[in-house]
Amino acid sequence: MNRLVVGAGYGLKDWLAQRVTGVVMAVFTLIMFAAALGGAMASREAWQAFMSNGFIRFLSFLFIVSLCWHAWVGVRDIWMDYLNSAALRLFLHVMTLLALVGYAGWAIQIIWRL
Amino acid sequence: MSEMTKQRPKHLALHQIRMPLAGYASILHRVSGAGLFLMLPLLIWLLQLSLSPTQGSVEMFAAVTGNLLVKLILLGLLWAFLHHFCMGIRILLIDIHVGVEKQQAHASAVAVMAISLALTAIFGLKLLGAY
Repeated sequence: MNRLVVGAGYGLKDWLAQRVTGVVMAVFTLIMFAAALGGAMASREAWQAFMSNGFIRFLSFLFIVSLCWHAWVGVRDIWMDYLNSAALRLFLHVMTLLALVGYAGWAIQIIWRL
Repeated sequence: MSEMTKQRPKHLALHQIRMPLAGYASILHRVSGAGLFLMLPLLIWLLQLSLSPTQGSVEMFAAVTGNLLVKLILLGLLWAFLHHFCMGIRILLIDIHVGVEKQQAHASAVAVMAISLALTAIFGLKLLGAY
């Protein structure tokens, strides 16, 4: 058995996930900014038409997934850094995860219902 | 071993610790991220109201975004997003070994603070309806 039984093995994966999801969100932000300059947010009708576009819905979906994944890694790091009680940490990890999964579902149904 | 442990300096008086500006920019990355996370329900709710076709949503969106407290929260979140965005780019650049030297790292921290505050002012005035 060469398995490493101590330490957290998820460090590199989470580090990379934080970068990839960050880049996805940054690119999406720039696209949204360009769209705003192009008048996509000038009126309620323009905004709804823009967000209904198939490609934008695809990108919005990626943004929402990236946001929730990114927030999971970031918020979990905060709990791990400042909380000594394992019980409280476990409780808040679970609460954070449940909240983020719920937010993802809520946000995705908003854009996919269009 | 226990002698070494005893002699190790302990200086955790947070109000006495003086961090370089990059240290403050870094802790603000965490603070801004936490703030954005805590306010996610508000942001998703506003997205929902902005995209819902019902007349009730139109009125609710106007009422919520017209509230002064909500405007202040959104202004704070605007700064949080912009700081987190700029600081994120700084982190990515340092990851690929751009600006690792002390002076460059300080300069980029100054740039992150200045650019995110300036953009907050520009977009914030738009948010508050100044133009």
